[in-house]
Amino acid sequence: MMSGKKTLYDKIWDEHLISEEADGTSLIYVDRHLVHEVTSPQAFEGLRLAGRNVRAPEKTIAVPDHNVPTTVDRTEGISNKESRIQVEALDKNAKEFGIIYYPVNDIRQGIVHIIGPELGWTLPGMTIVCGDSHTATHGAFGSLAHGIGTSEVEHVLATQTLIQKKSKNMKVEVFGKLGNGVTAKDVTLTIIGETGTAGGTGHVIEYMGSVIEDLSVEGRMTVCNMAIEGGARAGLVAPDQKTFDYLKGRPHVPKGSNWEMALQSWKELFSDEGAFFDKFIHINGGKIAPVVTWGTSPEDVLPINSIVPHPGDFDQQKSLAVKRSLDYMGLNPGQKLEDVEINTVFIGSCTNGRIEDLREVARIMEGRKVKDGLRAMVVPGSGLVREQAEEEGIAQRLQEAGFEWRLAGCSMCLAMNPDQLSPKERCASTSNRNFEGRQGRGGRTHLMSPAMAAAAAVTGYLTDVRNLM
Amino acid sequence: MEKFSKIKSVAAPLPLINIDTDMIIPKQFLKTIKRSGLGKNLFDEMRYDECGKELENFVLNKKAYRNTNILVAGDNFGCGSSREHAPWALVDFGIKVVISTSFADIFFNNCFKNGILPIELEKDKRDTLMLDAEKGSNAILMVDLFDQEITRPDGSIIQFEVDSFRKHCLLNGLDDIELTMKKIKKINDFEQTYSTKMPWL
Repeated sequence: MMSGKKTLYDKIWDEHLISEEADGTSLIYVDRHLVHEVTSPQAFEGLRLAGRNVRAPEKTIAVPDHNVPTTVDRTEGISNKESRIQVEALDKNAKEFGIIYYPVNDIRQGIVHIIGPELGWTLPGMTIVCGDSHTATHGAFGSLAHGIGTSEVEHVLATQTLIQKKSKNMKVEVFGKLGNGVTAKDVTLTIIGETGTAGGTGHVIEYMGSVIEDLSVEGRMTVCNMAIEGGARAGLVAPDQKTFDYLKGRPHVPKGSNWEMALQSWKELFSDEGAFFDKFIHINGGKIAPVVTWGTSPEDVLPINSIVPHPGDFDQQKSLAVKRSLDYMGLNPGQKLEDVEINTVFIGSCTNGRIEDLREVARIMEGRKVKDGLRAMVVPGSGLVREQAEEEGIAQRLQEAGFEWRLAGCSMCLAMNPDQLSPKERCASTSNRNFEGRQGRGGRTHLMSPAMAAAAAVTGYLTDVRNLM
Repeated sequence: MEKFSKIKSVAAPLPLINIDTDMIIPKQFLKTIKRSGLGKNLFDEMRYDECGKELENFVLNKKAYRNTNILVAGDNFGCGSSREHAPWALVDFGIKVVISTSFADIFFNNCFKNGILPIELEKDKRDTLMLDAEKGSNAILMVDLFDQEITRPDGSIIQFEVDSFRKHCLLNGLDDIELTMKKIKKINDFEQTYSTKMPWL
């Protein structure tokens, strides 16, 4: 560490460090603050009570996403009173404090972690925070991005800084080449299966290796998105030519000489050869299979051709949790995962609600239909993703195959809006959390890639997508 | 923020690992625009049945633990979402101390902003306190932040670590924003240098 060689995280940290106390408590500068309706009302209220302003409204971007209905009738207003009040509070706060705002009926509205990159608010080397744990998504651009609580939201609004202690460095190297039918989602779930949900606690993860380099920028977002599910507050990928190509020309990306200057600076964003990592794991990408989760923690993940494990296969503490989750999930030890029948398919979320994900679903569904009796919905991550999918004909093809085609929002990923599972309803979901009750009280979530969810939509069972390719 | 003083209470045992923030406060209660009033919905889906009736077996519904100020929990407590509603619900219920082997980072941070002390202990020490907690009203723990000590029912002491800055803020009930505002000149200077160096931001 003393060698002067720095990790990518060290470099971004140092660039944003305003002051540091003897015990390591530091004040860091925040470049972008993303805001949504659920974790911000109390923060704005705090500002109001203290008579404070938003220090940098031009660096503060707000959008409603968690509560908004995804049915077309939402243009007529939100019928759930509490949700409506929360969205109206954001409308009012955005106006009052003069921050950048994409209201519910703006074509650019969408899930906060989808629209940030899409509109070019997310740039390499930045610090980005949001009152949402999936802020880690933006790390795919080599920006230090993580979730914060509402008190911290208020702190950032008031001061454009955050009080932090530096995390440790963790390296996750995925080498080799992915097999057919294996995607970024399988990579990130496999990593969590390997490290456990607390494996990254106290760390910032940098993902690297040939598999990560080969992923599209969107795939990298899927990987970083779930860093938090491995316990890490932030995940990072060093920016490369793919990143720069993705960014160029987006609305809020620098232009002209500023672009050239930014590019020079972004090219320095990598971990120095020999930089120190406190922890590292290596995974052979060639051995990663399409996976699904079977339990109620994202670490409960197995290749699709496995069987449901037995509580006795785990240590005492985990065994207790496994017993509880098998009860909750209605699964029996020894049962083949491919024999598990599903009721619902959800395509969307900040993990897998981008255009590439919808294209993948459309590719698997080509010439196929959603199995009779299944509920299947596609919720694009943003209005612009939805529009693009319509232009590419994906929307029409998916609707013809039997999917509902919704408006943008977080939707059934956390079921704060009307898109919810009923008790015991079993869902093949492209979202990020399979916690008890996450998609609706008593609902049963199996996390998987968009391709795997499409395969499940076709057969009505958890299915190895490779059999459909 | 209220100053953190000594806490003397029975402790409720929650040995389950990976208790996530969705369990602590399910999403339907995140629609509030206030910080208060969430205590009744703390651990809602574990605590009540579909009709809202208390589930007898859940620890906080048992007589000995209904007014507890301390939780002793399984590993990786507070994982998942960043919702500060989780500590808001805990504090509204009356929980001031959570003891575990590990906490999720964001939850850990959020606790300190709300006057809750999360204590990280080695597994054997946490297990000892879990056994104490299971004895219900027969076992009172005392948590002293100033001396960084937990006194067990038999009088023996377990020491714990806490970050000095956070300890100072908790003990004195200090507000982070106030503290940062005192550094406003440093922030201004930083911003100026930074925007010269990176004019595209």
